[in-house]
Amino acid sequence: MAEQQLALRVEDVTKRFPGVLANNDINFDLEKGEIHALLGENGAGKTTLMNIIYGLYKPDDGKITINGEEVVLHDPNDAIRRGIGMVHQHFMLVPVMTVTENVMLGNEKTTTNFLHMLAPLDRKRIAREITQLADQHNLKVDPSAYVRDLPVGTQQRVEIIKALHRGAEILILDEPTAVLTPQEADELFDIMRSLTQKGKSIIFITHKLKEVLAIADRITVLRGGQVVGSAIPSETSEHELASMMVGRDVLLEVEKSEAMPGDVVLDVTDLIAEDDLGHQVVRGVSFEVRAGEILGVAGVQGNGQREMVEALTGLRRAVGGHITLLGENITRSQPRHITDIGSAHVPEDRHKHGLVLPFTVADNLVLNAYHVEPFSKQFFVNRAAIDANADRLVQEFDVRTPSIETPASSLSGGNQQKTIVARELSHATVKLLIVNQPTRGLDVGSIEFIHKRIVQARDNGVAVLLISAELDEIMGLADRIAVMYSGRIVATVPAEGADRNRLGLLMAGAEVSSEINTLM
Amino acid sequence: MTTSVSPLSRLGHNLRQTLGNILIPILAILTSLVVVAGVIALSGANPLEGFMGLWDGAFGDGDAVANTIIKTTPYIFAGLALTIAFRGGMFNIGVEGQFFVGSIIATLIGYALRLPPVIHLIVAILGGAIGGGLWGAIPGWLKARTGANEVITTIMTNYIILRIINWLISPNGGPMRNPARPLPQTPEVYPTAYLPWIDFSKINFPWVNLSWLASATGSLHWGSILALIMAVIVFVLLWRTILGFEIRTVGISPTAARYAGVNVERTMVTTMALSGAMAGIGGAVQVLALTHYFSTGFNVGYGFDSIAVAMLGGLHPAGVVLAAVLFGAMDAGATIMQMRTGVPIDIVTIIQGLVLMFVAADLIVRQIYRIRVKPADGTTPVSATVQTAGESG
Repeated sequence: MAEQQLALRVEDVTKRFPGVLANNDINFDLEKGEIHALLGENGAGKTTLMNIIYGLYKPDDGKITINGEEVVLHDPNDAIRRGIGMVHQHFMLVPVMTVTENVMLGNEKTTTNFLHMLAPLDRKRIAREITQLADQHNLKVDPSAYVRDLPVGTQQRVEIIKALHRGAEILILDEPTAVLTPQEADELFDIMRSLTQKGKSIIFITHKLKEVLAIADRITVLRGGQVVGSAIPSETSEHELASMMVGRDVLLEVEKSEAMPGDVVLDVTDLIAEDDLGHQVVRGVSFEVRAGEILGVAGVQGNGQREMVEALTGLRRAVGGHITLLGENITRSQPRHITDIGSAHVPEDRHKHGLVLPFTVADNLVLNAYHVEPFSKQFFVNRAAIDANADRLVQEFDVRTPSIETPASSLSGGNQQKTIVARELSHATVKLLIVNQPTRGLDVGSIEFIHKRIVQARDNGVAVLLISAELDEIMGLADRIAVMYSGRIVATVPAEGADRNRLGLLMAGAEVSSEINTLM
Repeated sequence: MTTSVSPLSRLGHNLRQTLGNILIPILAILTSLVVVAGVIALSGANPLEGFMGLWDGAFGDGDAVANTIIKTTPYIFAGLALTIAFRGGMFNIGVEGQFFVGSIIATLIGYALRLPPVIHLIVAILGGAIGGGLWGAIPGWLKARTGANEVITTIMTNYIILRIINWLISPNGGPMRNPARPLPQTPEVYPTAYLPWIDFSKINFPWVNLSWLASATGSLHWGSILALIMAVIVFVLLWRTILGFEIRTVGISPTAARYAGVNVERTMVTTMALSGAMAGIGGAVQVLALTHYFSTGFNVGYGFDSIAVAMLGGLHPAGVVLAAVLFGAMDAGATIMQMRTGVPIDIVTIIQGLVLMFVAADLIVRQIYRIRVKPADGTTPVSATVQTAGESG
């Protein structure tokens, strides 16, 4: 194709970090008006490449051409001036400011140039410009709204507007759907299409295969810092892409036999819990989990799942309702007591709760069992037993670590998660397994492994409560699916034959009617 | 991937880690000495002579060594107290006050009770430990109960205890005053509560020749031995006991500790109580071994200076002992240095301050000596840099 058709061209770019070749001789180009998906696992080099394009890193080798002109980007301001805009996975917005203020932040316009830094801000002008951009690209947003009051999907639009307002012609969207419901994601895709129709070009970074196939014009796959392949959606499949990403054949669907539910293990009635600010965010939740089944709780993040799990595990005091574990009332019990009865918990935040990062892998593998035999006796811990346990679990759960003495902070996210899963599943007496977002941010290989282990636990008669924002994960693993919205379970349906679209609507709060509830 | 590690390579790993851990403190000390050499030179004296004087005063002969050991001892106790607290995530600024509580309680037991020898001593030291422990537990309890920042509350408890002690020993009707003296000081403790001197003429280790210390007989007390024993006890406590595991877990991540079933609030109080008790023993030892009474202006500053000792020692008992020796030696050698070369004693304070600065802001040292990877992660620079390379999202 003609050179001037290309919005961006990256040639032979190499970037080394001490001990790592993060980008190895990468070639990548972006046509005008194109959505080019960049697919790859964590550590594949996507973020490094984007940071190079955005001027945050300087490549050791290779060249970058924007609109046919070879450029050297010294910092993000350089990149912005040349029409590159980035929407980060974690929004860079100030919650207590309005949309207008956020858009002008760092690029403030004043009503007069007299005493520039002290002159009044020209909010009206910016607001007008925002409305113009919004109309042009179908990005509905109220310029005077405070960002903290906006739903996540709208906040993302503000980020896009912010980039457009700075004159972005090339948009980099980093994992933009991670925080969205399926419907919100569809809306985002509409926006992306309308942007490209108006001549903008988009680099779409993701690890979700379905989305890539749905929206991208072209796909480039990175692995180990190298481009390992490219494809056009119409000529490839999820399976092929996944294999390219991982470098071997992978199982996307978990193989599992039919569940054989036994006795009720966990019984929750009318559970009410508050968040840290005292808002009631779990508002009368009831469900039960039986031995040998996986109950999946689907829902967009922030609908009370975290507080519910914390109440179930004793980390948060329930305000009302009853929790019964194996016949014992644990509504007011301490975490240790709940663990001792036979509950295991893979927490949502592996850095905040799941691991003590500076501790060794060995110590982390006994984080909630160090006080019992054989890991300790009377007052003293038994190093030999702790190390033997670590040697065994590291092998069994394929935790890739230089040694069991390595601090957990040095492991990759996938191996950190495997460490937690290993610890939680290795309790001899586990009867209930609560797993919250077990595979967030993990590579396909680790996801496959952890999914297998969860199903295996179920087959061994463990009652599993799975909470995940990834609908695919819920649909792939669960035997029954409960949808949580705004602190309530709005529906519970068998996974067999569950309709993806309808679950998505339920997650978004639509269609909350008795008709659905009767499906139980 | 290595899943099973041979004991030998594990030892090698530990050695490398230890070397990595002591590298920064050593470089911090060297850098401080270089800077101070410049300061001495600016003041017109010869830095080399100054350092020689400092060295002779600290290690020149048996008496100097004994003096250094005596000066080192309170730093060890206070440094260990801070090690326990810092490892438990409690920034205990109150060691100074807890040290005083230990002194004053031990003094009280020493002169107000009549007990047989040895027993009197043990009761006095235990009293100091309990007093310091209770005094330390108060800010711990306040934090556990109300979330009150322990930095603020320990500073306040320091002021409170200073005022209480001033009243206790005030010559104008203080209940612990020495009626025979017009100065603010307590009566002397009974000799039954004295912490005795080590008599080197009676000690005959077959494997060590201590005769060179014989002149020091009558100037080294058993408190120094107790300090070393305490260092071992603190190591065992922190790294070999259930309680130590809990203290360190709470210290790094209270949220993970709660998840793991630790009673975080109770552990906070326990940590502060143990820290305070260690400081209290240190205070008791100073009175029972050296002065035998308590007066104002006595042993001021160990609680604060030992923050530097604990940091320099890497919050590890062995490191604390070494760092305490450094500080003790500087205290001991400063006088000789000043007498011989005219370099003022305060230079020592500058060195101590610089050392603390370079250890606390270790980035400066890393920049000067171009040390890249943190020693704690030094075993796996590859994955450590992968993370810093920003591929975590």
